[in-house]
Amino acid sequence: MKNVVKLLEEYFGRKVLEDLKKCKNPSLELISRTLSNAYFDEKSGLIKLGSKKEKRSFLSLGQTKKFMQTLLVASQIKKNLEENQPAIGTRQLFYLLKHTIPGTNENTFDDQKKESDPIIEDIEVSLDVLREQLGLFAVPDGYIVGPMVAYDKKTGDILDYTKMGLGGGAIPALVEEEFYQIKEISAKFVLVVEKYQVWQLLNQEKFWDKHNCLLLTGKGQAARSTRRLLARLNREFNLPVYVFTDLDPWGFYIYSVYKQGSIKLAFFSEKAGVPRAKFLGLTTKDIEKYGIQKTNWIKLNQLDYKRIKELKNYPWFKRKEWQEELKRLEKFGYKVESDSLVTKKIEFTANVYLPDKIENQDFLP
Amino acid sequence: MVKYREVAVSEFFEKNRHLLGFDNPAKALLTVVKEGVDNSIDACEEARILPEIFVRVKNLRDDIYEVTIEDNGPGIERKYVKEVFGRLLFGSKFRSLGEEGIQSRGQQGIGISASILYSQLTTGEPAIIESKVKNGQHYSCKLYIDTTKNLPIIEDEKILETTKEHGVKITLKLRGSYRKSKGVEDFLKYTSIANPHAKIVYVDPEGKRHVFKRASEDLPKMPKAIKPHPHGIELGTLIKMLSRTKSKTLYNFLMNDFSKVGATGAKEICKLAKLKPSTKPSEITRKDAERLLKAMQSVKLQRPPTDCLSPIGEDNIIKGLSKEYQADFVTAYTRPVAVYRAIPFQVEVGLLYSSSLPSDQNITLIRYANKVPMMYQQSECAIYKAVANTQWRRYGVSHSLGSLPMAPMVLLVHIASVWVPFISEGKQAIASYPEIIKEIKLALLDVGRKLSRYLSAQQRRYARERRIKIFTKYGVEVANALAELTKEDRAYIENLIKKLIEKEGL
Repeated sequence: MKNVVKLLEEYFGRKVLEDLKKCKNPSLELISRTLSNAYFDEKSGLIKLGSKKEKRSFLSLGQTKKFMQTLLVASQIKKNLEENQPAIGTRQLFYLLKHTIPGTNENTFDDQKKESDPIIEDIEVSLDVLREQLGLFAVPDGYIVGPMVAYDKKTGDILDYTKMGLGGGAIPALVEEEFYQIKEISAKFVLVVEKYQVWQLLNQEKFWDKHNCLLLTGKGQAARSTRRLLARLNREFNLPVYVFTDLDPWGFYIYSVYKQGSIKLAFFSEKAGVPRAKFLGLTTKDIEKYGIQKTNWIKLNQLDYKRIKELKNYPWFKRKEWQEELKRLEKFGYKVESDSLVTKKIEFTANVYLPDKIENQDFLP
Repeated sequence: MVKYREVAVSEFFEKNRHLLGFDNPAKALLTVVKEGVDNSIDACEEARILPEIFVRVKNLRDDIYEVTIEDNGPGIERKYVKEVFGRLLFGSKFRSLGEEGIQSRGQQGIGISASILYSQLTTGEPAIIESKVKNGQHYSCKLYIDTTKNLPIIEDEKILETTKEHGVKITLKLRGSYRKSKGVEDFLKYTSIANPHAKIVYVDPEGKRHVFKRASEDLPKMPKAIKPHPHGIELGTLIKMLSRTKSKTLYNFLMNDFSKVGATGAKEICKLAKLKPSTKPSEITRKDAERLLKAMQSVKLQRPPTDCLSPIGEDNIIKGLSKEYQADFVTAYTRPVAVYRAIPFQVEVGLLYSSSLPSDQNITLIRYANKVPMMYQQSECAIYKAVANTQWRRYGVSHSLGSLPMAPMVLLVHIASVWVPFISEGKQAIASYPEIIKEIKLALLDVGRKLSRYLSAQQRRYARERRIKIFTKYGVEVANALAELTKEDRAYIENLIKKLIEKEGL
């Protein structure tokens, strides 16, 4: 494991001090996290961050405050790590950093989302470390059930995910091996469900028991630790991953984030992407094949069409199958929510649709 | 004859009250001061003495004021006192356009005798005159003007004990009205700006003493008298000159009485006018004169001489302005001599910018004709028009076209000429000849550009100061963070940052 304290000291402390000693305008070289520096790496199937760097210097009116803030974030993180403080949330870090600059009525930080959070990401990228290694966590928002036993190192609890009740097991903020050890696993695959309510119903019906799988949901767009855990399950335990979303461009995109990562967190893809994930449904063909009734269809609106167009242009949607599916969706003119399958029969999803799709390996890549 | 003259002098004064500057009590008081001071400076310059002038205005009662003006000039010999102070009565005339002329401040002394008459008419009091010439006695007298005989009368002559070397002192009592702004005080201040070689001390009606310091030890060069140029003359003047000339022939008249007319020019004029060069000037009829004038104006001649003027000078303008106003920036520009209607004139501009002046008010515009400030009729003056129609915004000054710019600024504009074209005899505004407007605008362009350079440098400085302030503010936090990151001494780091910012500020 990297010595993060040492890295912080070198990168944000020593280098700056050296410049100062030479009476040179000190500047930080940070990997640029702009859209233009993100690219799709076909070979790995991941959205990655390029190597473009940006300078952040002290004696520049436009950068000086950000420069100062960067050093403050770095020094606070280093301090927390050195003092062996418990991991804190980014909101808490914000409050640790926020104070009035002496002799002024200006605060060091005023906005967590716009000021301190992006700097945390800058530090992660530039030092090539994870947030968790910086003693920080992002708010988790994912659930998992199924045959898996894990050990939470911080609390010393053994977590058996077959005994989590209706609510399932909440995915913690820190899922790295050093905090969260996966002890046992007998599942054969992971089913990722976009919608919490769909996941909830499947849990009630013990779908995971019947099909010997892990059932995971990120409640829409997945949080970092949900994605990271999924990646671990796929990489370390070789579990196939199937993703089940709504039939609309938004569902497709949620799938793509699980699979290839996102532009905004491009640097995180290598850690959290699951390039081998497969799209289970809903697809346009499913509607016809399973006879989903028309009353469940919702007309695509302008925003949906616009989004479809955007997806068509993303390099990671360039595969023939996806281009065709997007075209079919456009032509179809309707979107269908995964929740609506209950109208056929409450257990339709659990007993007919999912087993059938998995059996036939009827997936999109 | 006596009776006729008696009528003439009262009539003359009444008829010319406005043009002599006595149209109202406020103006009258200012005029008395102005005439006295003009005479004093002129006398000093002629005698090559650095002027030291004392002025006191005292409110005796109600609207009665006592004005005292004292100088260190050469003094007036006892025998000439009558003539000098009674000049109005000795048939001096106003000059007319195109006559032989010289750049001069006042009205060749008519003004002071008019002041004496005005004071006597409004209070019945005589002028008290003291005079001392070098190595002479300090003489004092009272001077009346006998309005029945129209003669100056000297009374109460005395010889005073004195330590004074030379100079003149005149005291007048008159009906007047004192105004604080654009009155005597401003007039004297402006006079001292355009005449920085003069020291002027002024005691106002409240007893407050104002000292307008001398800022230059050099006397200005004397202007030269020049003969009229044929291109700039009017018919009336020509006829007058023809009747007065000492030349025996038209040919000689043209060569001797005008500037820039040589043998060729004279012959050509005669030919064009269909007059024999040998014609006696006195025999030329009005009709001939009309033809002659046309000929004179159509013939090609050299420009009038340009070395006859005495500008204030760029250095002196800068000195003069800076001694009266605290300057952040001051500049001046003296244009080369130009010509309107064959009359040489010269424009000078001074500009002073100061953060100590109000920035949300119109600039102070000081207008001068032959170094004398013009205190009235500003908006009718060519100077005002040229200033108001200059694109000041281009130079970073807030301005709406057609009015004075708004800035913490004093603008001085001086026009020197053998013949200043005033719009009226009150001599308070200059006529808007295109050539004059153009020259003023060119001069303003020059100082405007310099101002704009100054202002942008100023802005750069502000920007730099702002940068340093910001860096210093964040520098404190940077030092804290660095101390935590490197475990080095905080004060040491702070010092490094301070040095870096100081270097940046250079």
